[in-house]
Amino acid sequence: MKDFMMLFHSEPDPNFNPTPEQIQEEVKAWQDWIGGIAAQGKLKNEGEALGFEGKTMHADGTVTDGPYAEVKEIVGGFIIVSADSVEEAAQLAKGCPGLTNGGKVEIRDIMVFDGM
Amino acid sequence: MDDKKLSGIFKSEYSNLIAVLCNYYGLTDLQLAEDIVSDTFLKAMKAWSHKGIPEFPKAWLRKVAQNLLNEHYRRKKIYEQKITPELDVRNQHVNFVEITDKIIEDSQLQMIFVLCDPKLNRESQLCIALRILCGFSIEEIARALLSNKETINKKLYRAKKAIKERNRVETNLTSSQYVSRLDNVLRVIYLLFNEGYYSSVNEENIRYEICWEAMRLSLFLSEQKIFPKQKIYALIALMCFHASRLDARKSGENVDLLYHEQDKRKWNKDLIQKGRKYLNLSAAGNVISKYHLEAAIAYWHTEETTGKWNNILQLYNKLLTIEYSPIIAMNRTYALAQANSVDEAIQEAHKLELKDNHHYFCLLAELYRMNNNIDKEVEYLNKAIEFANKENEKELINNKLKKVNR
Repeated sequence: MKDFMMLFHSEPDPNFNPTPEQIQEEVKAWQDWIGGIAAQGKLKNEGEALGFEGKTMHADGTVTDGPYAEVKEIVGGFIIVSADSVEEAAQLAKGCPGLTNGGKVEIRDIMVFDGM
Repeated sequence: MDDKKLSGIFKSEYSNLIAVLCNYYGLTDLQLAEDIVSDTFLKAMKAWSHKGIPEFPKAWLRKVAQNLLNEHYRRKKIYEQKITPELDVRNQHVNFVEITDKIIEDSQLQMIFVLCDPKLNRESQLCIALRILCGFSIEEIARALLSNKETINKKLYRAKKAIKERNRVETNLTSSQYVSRLDNVLRVIYLLFNEGYYSSVNEENIRYEICWEAMRLSLFLSEQKIFPKQKIYALIALMCFHASRLDARKSGENVDLLYHEQDKRKWNKDLIQKGRKYLNLSAAGNVISKYHLEAAIAYWHTEETTGKWNNILQLYNKLLTIEYSPIIAMNRTYALAQANSVDEAIQEAHKLELKDNHHYFCLLAELYRMNNNIDKEVEYLNKAIEFANKENEKELINNKLKKVNR
């Protein structure tokens, strides 16, 4: 078993103002999906959801607002899963609620450094 | 002489006396402590068979145990040079100490923490806890764990040896050591409780007694000032909710009933009330342990409101992120069927791939039953029988098969 990080990408829609019920539904969809991975014993870390507040530090020392100055897409959160292969890890991403709103799931292997 | 009363006294005093001998007098030899307590009971049987049980039997037993210990040390003094150096200075004053309730309480506490050892395997841990903390006889333990006396004796011997090897430095735990070991102690208490609750032993009184002992130990811990209480309260709440269904779970046919098959009128309302009280107490602060989540799930099972199953599902989701277990995964899938849809649950159930677990095939059969897919239900019930080990489990599945074919 190896560990993989799933990064959830989405394009924030500034015109979307969800009702409390919609937020509740969204939260439930994520919890049910992550619970499904945990039920297979493949959830390594439940990760975090990221908010919309942000800054970016540049090499010249300037700080710009938000992560979305240059990119349309932002990372909305992550979890870590265990799987035998990156293909299997990618299959686990099926049913991710982020996919229904035009988002994407990026799956990356987590490097292990021996002797550290 | 009242035999029942007598065995009751012996049972409750067994752990008290051993705890005091070991912890207060710094006796590092569990076996010796047990021998002294056995001699004490023997003396009591002889004396009381003539004169009847004295007015204060516990005080009587304590006094005799103390004398026997002193006698042991006197004999040992002849071999002064052989007395091991780690014998505490305290031991020289033992003759003048009265065994009080306070000393017993301190000693009991210490004993619980010495005996709950993360390095012991599950069976040995259960044996030693049942023997020394709960005062069960070897025979009772053998019956409770579906084993025989020889095996239990061997396990106890090994457990005592392991504890003794480690024990020398541990007769005085600091309060921070107590707190850091609390999780493991709670784990052992829950292990005990589950052994009683899920045991396939027919004899109810043994099962009940193990459950009550686990609850007694956790209530005792909750009364100690040194511990943060939330997790202890959550565990007590959980055990109260479970114990409230002990009567309802029995079908009278040697088979345990599931929640939805139980007669709810048989649930013990007092225990449910107590469970709620402790669940509320456990919510002070922001600690969320698996006991909190499990207690909350058990609480929701006592409710009949809308949103009940979604709450249960979310709690299972959370529980699985703290700790994976096949049982929790299966329970979560059942909750999914109730809260979302049976189709979704079937899809998720197939992902679990618990291929040699009869409970898993029972779950699949139940989900297909909910979907009125009789062929699949029968297919999975037959598979479940293949993997069931115990006769009563096979019987339960066979009964379900008969119901389908009717």
